[in-house]
Amino acid sequence: MVLVFLDQSEGQIKKASYEAASYAAKVAEQLGKSAEAIILGSSKDDLSALGKYGIKKVHTVSNDTLNQFDAQIYTKVIAEAASSLNAEVIVLSNTTTGKAIAPRLSVRLKAGLVSGAVALPDTSNGFTVRKSVFSGKAYANIGISTSIKIISLNPNSFTIVEVGGNAEIAALSATVDAPKIEVVSVNKVSGDVPLSEADIVVSGGRGLKGPENWGLVTELAGLLGAATACSRPVADIHWRPHHEHVGQTGLAIAPNLYIAIGISGAIQHLAGVNRSKTIVVINKDPEAPFFKAADYGIVGDAFEVVPKIINAVKKIKGVA
Amino acid sequence: MKILVCISKTPDTTAKIAFSDNNTKFAADGVQWIINPYDEWYALVRAIEIKETDPSTVLHLLNVGNAESEPIIRKALALGGDEAIRVNCDVNDSFTIASQIAAVAKEGNYDLIFTGKETIDYNGSSIGGMVAELLDLPYISHATKFNLEGNGAIVVREIEGGEETDKATLPLVVSCQKGMAEQRIPNMKGIMGARTKPLKVVEAVATDAYTSVVSFDLPPAKAGVKLVDPENAEELVRLLNEEAKAI
Ligand SMILES: Cc1cc2nc3c(=O)[nH]c(=O)nc-3n(C[C@H](O)[C@H](O)[C@H](O)COP(=O)(O)OP(=O)(O)OC[C@H]3O[C@@H](n4cnc5c(N)ncnc54)[C@H](O)[C@@H]3O)c2cc1C
Ligand SMILES: Nc1ncnc2c1ncn2[C@@H]1O[C@H](COP(=O)(O)O)[C@@H](O)[C@H]1O
Repeated sequence: MVLVFLDQSEGQIKKASYEAASYAAKVAEQLGKSAEAIILGSSKDDLSALGKYGIKKVHTVSNDTLNQFDAQIYTKVIAEAASSLNAEVIVLSNTTTGKAIAPRLSVRLKAGLVSGAVALPDTSNGFTVRKSVFSGKAYANIGISTSIKIISLNPNSFTIVEVGGNAEIAALSATVDAPKIEVVSVNKVSGDVPLSEADIVVSGGRGLKGPENWGLVTELAGLLGAATACSRPVADIHWRPHHEHVGQTGLAIAPNLYIAIGISGAIQHLAGVNRSKTIVVINKDPEAPFFKAADYGIVGDAFEVVPKIINAVKKIKGVA
Repeated sequence: MKILVCISKTPDTTAKIAFSDNNTKFAADGVQWIINPYDEWYALVRAIEIKETDPSTVLHLLNVGNAESEPIIRKALALGGDEAIRVNCDVNDSFTIASQIAAVAKEGNYDLIFTGKETIDYNGSSIGGMVAELLDLPYISHATKFNLEGNGAIVVREIEGGEETDKATLPLVVSCQKGMAEQRIPNMKGIMGARTKPLKVVEAVATDAYTSVVSFDLPPAKAGVKLVDPENAEELVRLLNEEAKAI
């Protein structure tokens, strides 16, 4: 059986978890097994709808303690369930939650882990999982030699496949320990699309000259339903919040579309964005290294070009 | 207070990524090795700050690797720390490395174990969590702020689309990222002092590897950029819509 862990935020399943569910269903199909899911704490979503992604059964574990994330407790509950359900492959999404649980599960279940997977495993000869390495500059195919395998899937690297059907819901009991970590507060940037899961990202660099000019970035992002990002110096000089910093030392993202405005495209910046499907670069310097990594580009002054792009997007979106 | 900081050796951020031996090994010729940036800038510097506030703090650095790691270990000692330990081991899979770290940590009875958020070559984000599970300790990943308070610590960690503040008891494992501290450059006194600080080499404990690299490959080269006239932004939007199907 292939078991997928569904990660939720405020009682709602994350988009990355639907990708993981769909991926788990495909892995199960490949192995001739069934795919099931586990979700901890209370959920507001319709869990039977997971059948759409190929999940046969959703195991729910409700307990007040589980409404707050604690990697140690979550690991114990998932490991116990995985053992009693005889899971051979466990799939998680490689989000901050997944990154906190997957390695613990690996130790607890003596199961080899590949984190940051970007494709379905190759099961033709052993069990090999492709992952992104060298900060997106290369891939590695990693063989797992243990009998139980754990895969943590990078967000935005697997396209959800809908197959239809309803999932059965089954309540599972579990021993839940007292947490050693107390969550004092959670601060969410409300309304925004989380950068790591965004389909489209509009990003600005030092070429935008100052925070007062970010209206160009946020307006374009708003029209496209995109998240906003920035280069490291922009976050370092506090033009933009730190959590928007992408690159080698910031967040690594892989959206469908990445629009870089006034960013030179230093190798450390590219490391965080080069897995994007389509890259658009707007830079006034034709020699900017970013053009080498781009699919589309405009050599021009952002302050003249971006307003034109905004108008053109408004036109095709039918916004006045 | 006893702190262990785990440091790994990675290729410089500008290193050319290429592979040898039939694409099974990283081609290290001419590559400059550095301390993994997250380990150096955030984990190590924050630990040094804690020691500066309370000089009775014992700060140990740990690397799992072969003798080629020694230059980066000395560089780390030049920033700070009392002594370093190298577990003599050819680095392969995450579980093996974590098992070595856990063995040293158990022996040393540390209150705090700091790692970086991830290595910039393997991008595993795994070792901190594995060490915590091996030692049955709580683990806070992606920490952006860390402060000792009473008998425990207050830690801010990054979560998707925001941050979370946690209160934890010690001993504790923390993976560190941007925000924890500011990068430092070692000074002459530090560099001279690092030469005489102890660097203990210990033998690896026996473990089974769970994973192994089968092969590496590079992403296919981009077809080349399609440039659009700056006066014709509509054409760019049309291409994104019709050709790339991205908007
Ligand atoms: C170890 C290490 C790690 C690093 N990690 C990261 C990281 O994670 N992320 C990151 O981003 N950087 C990182 N850096 C920094 C990186 O090397 C670059 O310095 C940085 O990315 C440059 O940011 P930028 O492109 O915004 O600024 P600049 O390099 O100053 O480029 C500004 C660009 O804007 C263009 N421009 C100027 N005016 C206009 C205009 N009016 N219209 C259009 N274009 C204009 C210019 O031609 C130029 O190309 C790291 C560096 C090191 C050494
Ligand atoms: N060989 C090593 N020796 C010591 N610490 C390591 C080693 N490899 C990784 N680490 C630590 O574990 C963190 C996460 O590594 P990884 O799981 O490979 O991304 C790094 O930032 C280091 O702090």
